[in-house]
Amino acid sequence: MKEEIRLMKGNEAIAHAAIRYGCDGYFGYPITPQSEVLETLEELMPWETTGMVVLQAESEVAAINMVYGGASTGKAVMTSSSSPGISLKQEGISYIAAASLPALILNVMRGGPGLGTIQPSQADYFQATKGGGHGDYHLIVLAPSTVQEMVDFVGLGFDLAFKYTNPCMILADGIVGQMMEKVVLPEQRPRRTEEEIRRQCPWAADGRKDGRKRNVITSLELESSKMEVINHQLQARYREIEKNECRWEEIGVEDADYLIVAFGTIARISDKARELAAEEGIKVGIVRPITLWPFPEEAVRKAAQGKKGILVVELNAGQMIEDVRLAVHDALPVEHFGRLGGIIPSPEEVVNALKEKIINK
Amino acid sequence: MNIEEIIREENKVYCKPELLEEVHMHYCPGCSHGVIHKLVAEVIAEMGITDRTVGVSPVGCAVFAYNYIDVDWIEAAHGRAPAVATAASRLWPENVLFTYQGDGDMSAIGTAESIHAANRGENIVMIFVNNAIYGMTGGQMAPTTLVGQKTATTPYGRRVDLNGHPLEITNLMAILDGTCYVTRQAVHTPAAVRKTKAALKKAFENAIAKKGTSVVEVVATCNSGWKLSPEQSNKWMEENMFPKYPLGDLKNQ
Repeated sequence: MKEEIRLMKGNEAIAHAAIRYGCDGYFGYPITPQSEVLETLEELMPWETTGMVVLQAESEVAAINMVYGGASTGKAVMTSSSSPGISLKQEGISYIAAASLPALILNVMRGGPGLGTIQPSQADYFQATKGGGHGDYHLIVLAPSTVQEMVDFVGLGFDLAFKYTNPCMILADGIVGQMMEKVVLPEQRPRRTEEEIRRQCPWAADGRKDGRKRNVITSLELESSKMEVINHQLQARYREIEKNECRWEEIGVEDADYLIVAFGTIARISDKARELAAEEGIKVGIVRPITLWPFPEEAVRKAAQGKKGILVVELNAGQMIEDVRLAVHDALPVEHFGRLGGIIPSPEEVVNALKEKIINK
Repeated sequence: MNIEEIIREENKVYCKPELLEEVHMHYCPGCSHGVIHKLVAEVIAEMGITDRTVGVSPVGCAVFAYNYIDVDWIEAAHGRAPAVATAASRLWPENVLFTYQGDGDMSAIGTAESIHAANRGENIVMIFVNNAIYGMTGGQMAPTTLVGQKTATTPYGRRVDLNGHPLEITNLMAILDGTCYVTRQAVHTPAAVRKTKAALKKAFENAIAKKGTSVVEVVATCNSGWKLSPEQSNKWMEENMFPKYPLGDLKNQ
């Protein structure tokens, strides 16, 4: 398949991207607002073309453990779900992280807590970036703001997951999952051959060929002195990821008096708010973290220098704001504006919030 | 006759399976797991599938199965072995996947994964060790615990009104269209051991032939959990377990 320009939903784009980036297996369970991922894959029947396995599991729990099983054999595997389903996957995600396995997990966030709503949300920021499951671990977390980034982050997500043998999560809000945009689908990347997988993943449980020692994928170690070493190894990897992989976008930061920090589609609404504010002579810059973990702490700190205040805009009650505050300490006022329950703020609301909470305070 | 004359290749009637590791097993003396491990190791080696067999170990006493049988292993979360094996099998169709699950893994926390993997007819072997108790955590009730059986969480004996009925999950497996072979065996006598080995071989052959899911239940003893000697345990199993969990094939297609 050649590169192709199409108009499609973010969820559909994920399915196309999975096939085109050479994904070996997708395991999922339907939940709104991301069911189009599985539906599109079933419609495209990639097992007939690239050989990709697609399976509707009996539950989110089974789906993430299929991902664990597939990743254990060195294959490039993924799952997708939405907030309540992602909660169910947390045990498996912790195991995948603990066993140092590459995998890609998409969360198209809906409002919570509980069954919540099927409308868009960003309320799983804490869950995605601070752990989610049990134990000291981190996911690499990518936050797309466009359908194009949904596509690009499938490729990037797999690359990072295999580079660091660590699970990667695409944390999308329901908006980018459901909205349609023009998107460039990449040229088909061939799936790796079994020889290539064995070379790339000498640790994989894919059958101990050629008399090699057996490979065991496990997260269990009952001897505390050994378990501490394993934990230190994980932490060393996280420090490496923090050093190398922070990604963010800045718009109009240099001339600005105020900053808005926002991720996902809310950064696009905030960018419109930046334009509206400029018409009133208020100079606002945008910092959009693309990696939510590792959080681009240094970038936020630098962008905040000389500014009068920061508004953190999120579709939640105040989650990323904690990382922004940690980044800038008490150097300047940092306030939060969020809408909850699936309501998406207008750019005007964002400008008003900036005035109320920062400028006129 | 001195000992050197006796220890000769032509006199050998028994040897350690080549795939069993030279390590001490953590299992209690008298536990059935050791014999079952030995049979699995023998069958894999005899079938010549060592380089394409991947085991999925459970949470429970057999969690460390990966320390004993010299093939690739994936250690699954509690109950999730059939889901793990599903993906590993579908992504590497030439490989032979088997799960090794206890009664908690198969018939409590992993009921959904076990039934659905079998119902999809995944080309895997599911080995189900049923000793009617949770050994690893200290002898609590399992779904397969018999009515009246004392455990740490049924100290006065299992009561139907409080704890429900013993779950015959293997019988459930047998009615699913995805299973091709469902059998219940034991390892308490040499004859039973031989039958179990034959059952395991058939199950692995089915997986290679892609006939669907094979389930081999082994009714087993947990003398520590049952607070009986190994010998008494075998007797107790025959008298109490076998009437509820009768041995033999439930399905053989």
